[in-house]
Amino acid sequence: MSIETGKILTTDGIPLEVSLKKAERKNKIKAFLLVAPLLFFLLITYIFPIGDMLMRSVDDKMVTEMLPKTFKSMEKWDGKELPPEEVFESFYLDFQKLVEEKRDGKLSTQLNYTKNGFKSILKKLRRKAKNFEEGNYKEQIMAVHQRWADVEYWRAIQRRAPAYTSQKYLKGIDMYKNEEGNIVSVEEDRRIHRILWLRTLEIAFFVTLLCFLMAYPIAHLLATLPMKYSNLLMICVLLPFWTSLLVRTASWMILLQQQGVVNDFFVMIGLVADDNRPEMMFNKTGTYVAMTQILLPFMVLPLYSVMKTISPSLMRAGKSLGGTPFVAFWKVYFPLTIPGIGAGCLLVFILAIGYYITPALVGGASGTLISNQIAFHMKSTLDWSFASAMGLMLLAGVLAIYWIYNKLVGVDNIKLG
Amino acid sequence: MALPKYTETRYRVWHYFYIIICTCVFFFLIAPLFVIFPLSFNAEEFLSFSEGMKNLDPDAFSLRWYKDMIYGTKNPWGLAAKNSFIIAIFATLGSVILGTVAALGLSSRHMPYKGLIMATLISPMIVPLIISGVAIFFFMAKAGLAATHTGIVLAHIILGTPFVVITVTATLSGFDHSVTRAASSLGSDPVNTFMKITLPLILPGVISGGLFAFVTSFDEVVVVLFLAGLENTTIPIQMWTGLREQLSPTILAVATCLIILSTLILVTAELLRRRSERLRGINR
Repeated sequence: MSIETGKILTTDGIPLEVSLKKAERKNKIKAFLLVAPLLFFLLITYIFPIGDMLMRSVDDKMVTEMLPKTFKSMEKWDGKELPPEEVFESFYLDFQKLVEEKRDGKLSTQLNYTKNGFKSILKKLRRKAKNFEEGNYKEQIMAVHQRWADVEYWRAIQRRAPAYTSQKYLKGIDMYKNEEGNIVSVEEDRRIHRILWLRTLEIAFFVTLLCFLMAYPIAHLLATLPMKYSNLLMICVLLPFWTSLLVRTASWMILLQQQGVVNDFFVMIGLVADDNRPEMMFNKTGTYVAMTQILLPFMVLPLYSVMKTISPSLMRAGKSLGGTPFVAFWKVYFPLTIPGIGAGCLLVFILAIGYYITPALVGGASGTLISNQIAFHMKSTLDWSFASAMGLMLLAGVLAIYWIYNKLVGVDNIKLG
Repeated sequence: MALPKYTETRYRVWHYFYIIICTCVFFFLIAPLFVIFPLSFNAEEFLSFSEGMKNLDPDAFSLRWYKDMIYGTKNPWGLAAKNSFIIAIFATLGSVILGTVAALGLSSRHMPYKGLIMATLISPMIVPLIISGVAIFFFMAKAGLAATHTGIVLAHIILGTPFVVITVTATLSGFDHSVTRAASSLGSDPVNTFMKITLPLILPGVISGGLFAFVTSFDEVVVVLFLAGLENTTIPIQMWTGLREQLSPTILAVATCLIILSTLILVTAELLRRRSERLRGINR
């Protein structure tokens, strides 16, 4: 076949196949050129910076670069007994250089992260090192402080030799590498990050569930009512959807405060005593209520767009074939809405898992999520590498959910409005 | 939704139960927005209904918080509103231009690696905002664009383009390509064809994508919190600070204005959606 078509010539005398391929390639390049500006813009300003986050999160070059000679001479040291004179000498030289450049403070902070007690002995060493005589540095350094004669401290320095570390990721799940190099959990009462991860998952899960339970009936009503009524009711879904997130959070802050409308109502119907108004804000309740209302439209819209396409005659057919309305609903209608359920749940879950603003405002201490922790490290502690590591862990989770969803339902089904 | 006369009692009960549930959910969705209106006219400094307001006493209502919003001394809303509009308008323009052009390329059947490129282009919509915020901050800090309008506009273009790409690709999926071929066969060059034939036909999709981009930028606070300096404060930032520090009724006056704005945007978006469905011949 291909040989046959190869012989057909165009009017210019070029074989048709060649001419077609050329045209095809030209079209491909044309299409690509249209996409290129946005693609390169996003690659430079967005995708590469996410890669940069990855680099920052594992980067541990600081100490590696500060003590180059020490780490070189430590390569031969087995770490069992005190290092040989050579290591002490190169450490002394590295350290003197840092003192000259006034960078020894940074070193002491970094080493103190690895093992407590470095700060004071480095300070002492800096004072004494001025009067060091040449040769036999081992004796002289060990004489500065007894900890310099402790092999544990030299091992701690050695642990900082690699230029890359997984330490920030371990810290994100409350683990660390102990002195023997094993990965262990921190003490029970200091496992704050695990609690946060679990709480984030829990809140995202229950918010998704609540949204689904509330959205399903109203999406059904919107899809089955005659157009003129459903258009009116649709405003109730679309107006919150288009309204500023902060406005909606503000209205929940007003409603849920102790002297707020909801509490007033509870007092009025006699549910709670006036002097015993429950605290509904600055805790998990606040986060749940506000997030559910804010994310509800994202569940209603995909459900509605799927339900709209289901013909009402299917339910009638189910009923006429002897099913009760409940059986007809469960066996006919519900399975047809599964793509909508999938899209809505994915959207709400992914949005909920990365939520930041609403929990920060109404969540208090017990209602904040992992995003709040990331923001805290970005803005307050300035531990950017830790913030990057936690961000990437969250991103990995979101991408995993997205991937599973794509396998199960297909991303093309997502619709907006 | 009237029930037929022969409906059994238990289904009748179930039906009314269903209607009640739906009413409650609609109430839950929309009612919180309406708390803001009356409270923004509060004559007092509290964020709860005073006795006078409950008795509909005219003295309990006033416009003082609106006056404070507009004329108040040392108050940041004027600057914030100006910044918000400038940033949102430029971000929308950027998103619409980049997004529409990219959508044209993506809808071509010759586009190589369509799935991968589409995933990259809409990724800012899927990645949690806080992560986008951190990544964009790292870039802007390196490029020296942190705490500048340009930096924030660029950040909002990143966040806004996915919406434009999605809406325009959706509009183009029902687009009859023979009209552009007809135009070129009649001697029109590609740019002219686009301006005179394609653009008017896909305009509803472009505008609704633009509205999404505008609202995204106008309402965006997570990324701006990382990027903005004192000079670049926006309405969402001011609201965020206000809600965290002291909850003054001025915020409610601003919130009322924002709800009115979003109502306008909603009406525009709905009209456009219906028009585009009519044009694409989807009648329901």
